[in-house]
Amino acid sequence: MSRDHWDVERIRKDFPALHQDVHGKPLVYLDNAATTQKPQAVLDALRAYYTEDNANVHRGVHLLSERATEAYEAARARIQRFLNAGQSREIVFVRGTTEGINLVANTYGRRMVGPGDEIVISALEHHSNIVPWQMLCEERGAALRVVPIDDAGEVDVDAYERLLSPRTRLVAVAHVSNALGTIVPVERMIALAHRQGVPVLIDGAQAVSHLRVDVRALDCDFYTFSGHKAFGPTGIGALYGKAELLERMPPWQGGGDMIKSVSFEKTVYNDLPYKFEAGTPHIAGAIGLGVALDYLEGLGLDGVAAYEGELLAHATEALSSVPGVRLVGTARDKAAVLSFLVDGVHAHDVGTILDQEGVAVRAGHHCAMPVMTRFGLAATARASFALYNTHEEIDALVSALGRVREVFG
Amino acid sequence: MSELRELYQQVILDHNRKPRNFRKLTRPTRVAAGENPLCGDRLSVEIDLEDGVVRDIAFQGSGCAISRASASLMTADLRGKTAAEAESIFERFHQMLTAAEPSDTDALGKLAVFAGVREFPSRVKCATLAWHTARAALAGQAEPVSTE
Repeated sequence: MSRDHWDVERIRKDFPALHQDVHGKPLVYLDNAATTQKPQAVLDALRAYYTEDNANVHRGVHLLSERATEAYEAARARIQRFLNAGQSREIVFVRGTTEGINLVANTYGRRMVGPGDEIVISALEHHSNIVPWQMLCEERGAALRVVPIDDAGEVDVDAYERLLSPRTRLVAVAHVSNALGTIVPVERMIALAHRQGVPVLIDGAQAVSHLRVDVRALDCDFYTFSGHKAFGPTGIGALYGKAELLERMPPWQGGGDMIKSVSFEKTVYNDLPYKFEAGTPHIAGAIGLGVALDYLEGLGLDGVAAYEGELLAHATEALSSVPGVRLVGTARDKAAVLSFLVDGVHAHDVGTILDQEGVAVRAGHHCAMPVMTRFGLAATARASFALYNTHEEIDALVSALGRVREVFG
Repeated sequence: MSELRELYQQVILDHNRKPRNFRKLTRPTRVAAGENPLCGDRLSVEIDLEDGVVRDIAFQGSGCAISRASASLMTADLRGKTAAEAESIFERFHQMLTAAEPSDTDALGKLAVFAGVREFPSRVKCATLAWHTARAALAGQAEPVSTE
């Protein structure tokens, strides 16, 4: 898809937050890996839910509750189609990727992992795909094994294969690295794990807004993502799990909605997916997420990936040609995320100066301190793109980097 | 650009490039470590405190221009001061960075170059990291200081 076929100006009209000045300059929003802006359709859906349908789900006999329940369950079915899961009961609503991972660690993990067992992750992981496993390993006397990455930021699949052993109980890896943009060859890694009978969880937080995800083609056992990184509201996300695994897992949080019957002697847990959804969920968020996925698929994920590929190629070339700028993370297969350093200038100073020029980037360790350690860095600046960014915004980034040089001399 | 110029004054850029007292002391009597976990800035402050007076003070570590320059200028300022004087300078310094209105900076001498940080709330932590660490050292605190 060439840039002529991607009507980015029309798409930008759908995102009200993009149209503002910051510090007197037009906003250039390049912090999409942290969170994306929301299309008007999502904002309208949230407002419509609270204005017209607000009621609790799965309990009322009244009309509003029926409407809320229907919309909430339709959102679940929407996510099922989006991920190409086989059944909607395999989709559990969670607050986000972090909660999805914690749910698996606390249920599957606590049941299946014992002393001497191992969990395998990669050196690319976000803290949310490290710390829950560390906590589990500490509690159960298990060990965390880490697959190394190379200087380009690619996962060493040979080393991964060697790390898999009869003691491995679970593999948990990111689909796309938030800090470096690396697209991880998860399909191969899943196949290798399955050869040893090891289930695999994929952290899809950075993937779903950039590439088509098909959990059945991947054959992953768990897949989790956050709505707010895919144009949906904050505080809502989804965990996909294969039904046979979810069935075997104990519930995590106890409360209303996750039970069939309660007495002081015995509680009977609810069926999937409600067994994992204690308490009143983020109903509006779920509905908003469904609308966000409608929006995303309406544009077409193949078109999104092609357009972002153009942005990535342009930005990579443009940043590489700025004197003193060095890219960190140069994997062959990348999403539109560029971590970079400016010679002699700390990432926070870069971030502050870019912000004064209207350009919003992230500066820091990106909640991936082991990745920074791997490259001997404390922090990088990171520009991350979404389907509404333009080639002109890359030029604005480059021009703002000129200001950094002006200030620091 | 003017707010940026206020933030990144020549004195600050100079102290970032060539930080003063960026070394280890031979015999420090007080030591503390500080970090800003959100940005990963880390530094250590060493003080030779004798009879309640800062005889020598030095720092090491890594961080942004604001945190390095602040540590550098702080060490230059605190040498020869008593712990009580250091505390009152820190209070004035903190006031300058966080007050709703610009405050009188005359009493702060060279440290007044950080007045522009007030316009950048997310960078106040950078300017105060060295000071929090020095206070911890003076107080004999063993636990590392965190700005969070």
